[in-house]
Amino acid sequence: MSETLSTTARPPAAPPSPPGTSSRSLAIARLRDLALVPAIIAVAIVGSIVNPVFLSADNIINVLQSMSEIAIVVLAQTIVLITGKMDLSLESTFGLAPGIAAWLIVDPALTRGLGLDLLPDAWAVPVVLLVGALVGAFNGLLIVRFGLNGFIVTLGMLIVLRGLLTGISGGQTFFALPESMTYLGSATWFGVPASIWLSLLLFAAGIVVLGYTRAGRALYAIGGNADAARAAGIRTDRVLWIALIVAGMLAALAGLLMSGRLAAVPAAQGNGAIFQVFAAAVIGGVSLNGGKGSVFGAFTGVLLLFMIINVLTLAGVPAQWTNFLNGTVILVALVVSRITGGRAQT
Amino acid sequence: MSVAPQEATDGLVDTGQPVVEAVNITKRFGSTLALSEAGIVVRRGETHALVGRNGAGKSTLVSILTGLQAADAGTVTFDGRPSPPLADRDAWRKRVACVYQKSTIIGTLTVAENLFLNRHARGPAGLIRWSRLRREAEQLLAEWSVDVDVRQPASTLTVEQRQFVEIARALSFGARFIILDEPTAQLDGAGINRLFSRIRDLRAQGVTFLFISHHLQEIYEICDQVTVFRDARHIVTAPVAQLSRPALVAAMTGEDVTMPEADHRPLSADAPMLLSVRDLVTSSGAELSLQARAGEVVGIAGGGGSGKVEAAEAIVGLTRPVGGTVTVDGRVLRPGSVPDALDAGVGLVPQDRHREGLVPLLSIAENVTMTVPGRVGRHGLISPARRDALARDTIADLTIKAAGPYVPVSDLSGGNQQKVVMGRALASDPKLLVLITPTAGVDVRSKQTLLGVVEEVRRRGTTVLVVSDELDDLRICDRVLVMFQGRVVREMAHGWSDNDLVAAMEGVDLHHV
Repeated sequence: MSETLSTTARPPAAPPSPPGTSSRSLAIARLRDLALVPAIIAVAIVGSIVNPVFLSADNIINVLQSMSEIAIVVLAQTIVLITGKMDLSLESTFGLAPGIAAWLIVDPALTRGLGLDLLPDAWAVPVVLLVGALVGAFNGLLIVRFGLNGFIVTLGMLIVLRGLLTGISGGQTFFALPESMTYLGSATWFGVPASIWLSLLLFAAGIVVLGYTRAGRALYAIGGNADAARAAGIRTDRVLWIALIVAGMLAALAGLLMSGRLAAVPAAQGNGAIFQVFAAAVIGGVSLNGGKGSVFGAFTGVLLLFMIINVLTLAGVPAQWTNFLNGTVILVALVVSRITGGRAQT
Repeated sequence: MSVAPQEATDGLVDTGQPVVEAVNITKRFGSTLALSEAGIVVRRGETHALVGRNGAGKSTLVSILTGLQAADAGTVTFDGRPSPPLADRDAWRKRVACVYQKSTIIGTLTVAENLFLNRHARGPAGLIRWSRLRREAEQLLAEWSVDVDVRQPASTLTVEQRQFVEIARALSFGARFIILDEPTAQLDGAGINRLFSRIRDLRAQGVTFLFISHHLQEIYEICDQVTVFRDARHIVTAPVAQLSRPALVAAMTGEDVTMPEADHRPLSADAPMLLSVRDLVTSSGAELSLQARAGEVVGIAGGGGSGKVEAAEAIVGLTRPVGGTVTVDGRVLRPGSVPDALDAGVGLVPQDRHREGLVPLLSIAENVTMTVPGRVGRHGLISPARRDALARDTIADLTIKAAGPYVPVSDLSGGNQQKVVMGRALASDPKLLVLITPTAGVDVRSKQTLLGVVEEVRRRGTTVLVVSDELDDLRICDRVLVMFQGRVVREMAHGWSDNDLVAAMEGVDLHHV
């Protein structure tokens, strides 16, 4: 054993560290966020060749507006996915939250008996957000508190909430919505629809919170290794619960934007949207196993999806083929991001 | 019988308050006594070894010393002050840290973030300042001379780098007492040397280590003091230099008594050669060659990482070997094929009954007959009557405590579950029976039954391979091959002494000290 009794404070000679592959993996880790940017540029070029209208300001605003509501749900799903859980019920919250608000506010005299006219118009936004928060809290109760499987819980909630909306609306569409419900989805701020501003603002906030706050980093820690996160003093249960509630509120707000744009709440609002949401998040590099992905990446994912759909529309593809092409786009985008991102999408 | 600790000749050992002192610690889990009035005293600046065989109570002591569990009785003091309450994780982290075999690093985050998880450097608005965080992480690692790029994801770290990062993180909390739980188990020789020089450096800076290892050689190389636990009790604490290797092994195994020669029938000399393993090389690099006669019981002993389990799994086709052949009764087995091994008459009790041995929600009958659908069915359809008859035989033969063949295996106790696994291995009347740690986590009575079965099947001419580090399992063998670091290092005939076998498994040669 070494006889050296070192007198200097910091004596140890650095042992040779095993040769690492750090610089390579570093480069990949940094590029991961921007992995879809080349694809987005490529689609933009193809789009402008297919139809010069594609790069016009009107069309760009059109793309951004058509994606703004789903994009907010993608943001919500990204938050949940990073913690290693998933929330399928977001698509039903998307329809139910504005549906409940309409049900409580709309005057039945104007709508052939739909609605209760219980609350004044001003309650619309608070009610929408409250419904989203309650759904998230209930998911949290079952998943976090009772330890049930998140996939099955939120699948059940998806069906229950969809059924609840169909029940209160009698399967019909709420219309004659008050201005408090339609304003956010239809207003224009500085020449650009408010819903675009809102979705961009929320994404910016998401980038800051998930990238630059301890609470946001806690989401990554929990998704990466929940035991280690707990050992580091993170209140994992509380963080999961908050993540689910925030996701529910975001989905509810997105639903309100959609209802405002259409000036109606159909019983099927959001039906089937969750698949597109998952696809956008995964294409954007968010891992279904948790702990990996970024808000910016998720944004590029949803942007890429909607740009391709827009190009197909401009190219005059018949509407009957839309679903086929949507699915194909998702698969191709996965393959492309696998190639450009360098790692398997999980 | 404990020896008063003496000042070691090197390092910064002072005689003041011990860094940690655990006195009269008792801890029960249900009916098992994990620690019985055990204790340990670790002095500042020393590197203290904690050794003991499986189940001696080492890991329970570690979880009590790190505040993960509370002792039922006894006290733990740090620097003479009582230990903080369990809920105060920060206070525990300032006193003690443990680097476990299982990583507590989050692979998806960068090294820097792992070091400062949940205590990120923050700016005025409460936002994380990544540049400062990285700088602090670099400083921290530089301070303890850990040469790792803090920006890389932690998943890219080697085991060795990961340990250094965890040690640095522990030190950054202010802990100067670090428990290393089998740190060398996953390292190669060069990595072990680097770890040891790191331990010596840190020791010179006043860091105290509690070092847990199965490799006695390492204890003589790096430690000042050694404490031995056996059967939940403290046996001895002594300076390493004053405890000879035979004495250390004796302390670990207890009194040196060989089991009374239980009617061990010598093998008849004219028994035909049944199993031949030639130049088997596993993907982990372990090598094994052996030949065994019909009716012979051969033990393969070795500690964790000796390659004994990998070799056994390659023999039965659970894993595909890199090279070599296995011949059973003249038939060469297809490498890596379980169906072919079953067809050739190989029965297996796998290492982990929960993972590979049982389908817990299915009944005893279904589990027992899983490998032999041909014997319980006709024209491809399973006959429940035949299946249950076979299962009833197994239940009777192995004295499984269950209401009947319909009971789901998950309702049985550990010992009875293991009997079901044994029943499944025997259902095909195997020519070769391979038992991997057959009595792990099993009560004494079940152990007797399971080992009694071996005696029975060998009389019928079955060759048995017992792969284990439990002395009781190995005692029934005609001979024992001892593996160490992937090679067979000794072969011992029936009647070996416990100390010789344990020493061989630990890589120590008692006769050349």
